[in-house]
Amino acid sequence: MPELLRMFLVFAKVGVMTFGGGYAMLPMLMRELVEKRGWLDTEEFANMTAIGQCTPGIIAVNMATYVGFKRRKNIGGIVATLGVIFPSVIIVSVIAAVLRGYTELPAVRHAFAGIRVSVCALIVKTVVSLWKTSGKNMFSVILILVVFAASVLIDVSPTLLVIGSALLCILLGLYTERRAKKGGAE
Amino acid sequence: MIVLLRLFYEYFLIGLFSVGGGLATVPFLQDLAARTGWFTLTELADMVAIAQSVPGPIGVNLATYVGFKISGIPGVLAAVLGIVTPSVAVILIIAHILMKFKDSKYIAWAFNGLRPASCALIAAAGVSMAQLSFWSDGAFNLKAIILLAVLIPPMLKTKLHPLVYIAFSAVIGIIFKF
Repeated sequence: MPELLRMFLVFAKVGVMTFGGGYAMLPMLMRELVEKRGWLDTEEFANMTAIGQCTPGIIAVNMATYVGFKRRKNIGGIVATLGVIFPSVIIVSVIAAVLRGYTELPAVRHAFAGIRVSVCALIVKTVVSLWKTSGKNMFSVILILVVFAASVLIDVSPTLLVIGSALLCILLGLYTERRAKKGGAE
Repeated sequence: MIVLLRLFYEYFLIGLFSVGGGLATVPFLQDLAARTGWFTLTELADMVAIAQSVPGPIGVNLATYVGFKISGIPGVLAAVLGIVTPSVAVILIIAHILMKFKDSKYIAWAFNGLRPASCALIAAAGVSMAQLSFWSDGAFNLKAIILLAVLIPPMLKTKLHPLVYIAFSAVIGIIFKF
C-alpha cells in the first residue's frame, strides 16, 4: 500500500477511536504511533505534546501534521491531518443531519459518565509514561511540581507556563555552560 | 458563497487564536454567535455536548456541527478547513525548523523545559476531569471511584488497547447508571 494512503488510514483509525478529544487522545496516539508503529519515540512524543500545548489548534491535529511531515514532508503532514479529521467530519455531519436529542438518551449519558472515568485513568497512565522521559533529574521533577501547582491552584495560562519553562531551561543551560567554561579556565 | 468565505475566515481566526485545542474554541464560538446570529447559545450548548460524545477531536467535531448547521456539507468543509489550516501551517514551519536545527543546544535545552511543563499540564487537565467524574452534587461519586481503582492496575501493568478500557467503562456506566 502506498505510504501516504497507509498514513491516511492509520490517522483515520486514530480519529475514530478517540473519545473526549485533547488529552484523552494522548494514550491512543501513544499506543498507535509510539508503541505499535515506532513512528515517534517517547521523547519525541513528549516534545510534540509540549509543542501542541503552546501552538494554536487541536493537539491531535498538531501531532498528525508533525508525524506526517517527518515521514513524507509537507504533503505527508497534510495527508495525515486530513486522515485524523476525516471520521469526525462524517460522523458529526450524519448526527447533525439526522439525530436529534442523541445526548439526552439515558444510556448515552451513563455510557459517557463511565467513559470519563476511564479517560481519567488513561490520563494517569500517560502522565506516568511522560514522567519517565520528563522527570529525569531533581530539577525537572521540581519544575513538574511547580507547573502543576501553578496550573491547578492559580490557573496560569498553559501557553505562559510552557514558554516560561522553555526559557528558564535555556537560561539554565547558558549559565551551566558559562560556569563550566570558567571552571575549565582556572 | 459569501457565507462560506465568512465561515472559513471566522474559523481560520479561531484556529489561529485558540491555543490548547478542543474546548478552548468555545468562548470564540459564543462571541461568533453574538456577532452573527448564526446559532443561539442554547444550540451551542447542545453542539458542545454532541462534540464531546462522539469520536474525534472536539474542536473538529464542533466545527463540523457549526458548519453543517449554517450551510450543509459545503459549510462543514469551510469550517473544518478553516480551523485546521493555521495549525497545519504553524506545525509545518516548526517541523522544518526542528529538522534544520536538530543539533542546536538551545533547542535541546528548550525541550528540557518543555517536557516537564507538558507532563505537569496533562496531570492538571486530569485533575479538572477528575473533579467532573468523582465529585457531583457535593458528594463523592463512589461508583466512579471504585471503577477508577479497578482500571488503574491493569492499565499500568498490561499493554491492553486503550479502547478496551473505554468500552468496558461505557458498559459499566450503563449497567450501574453512572
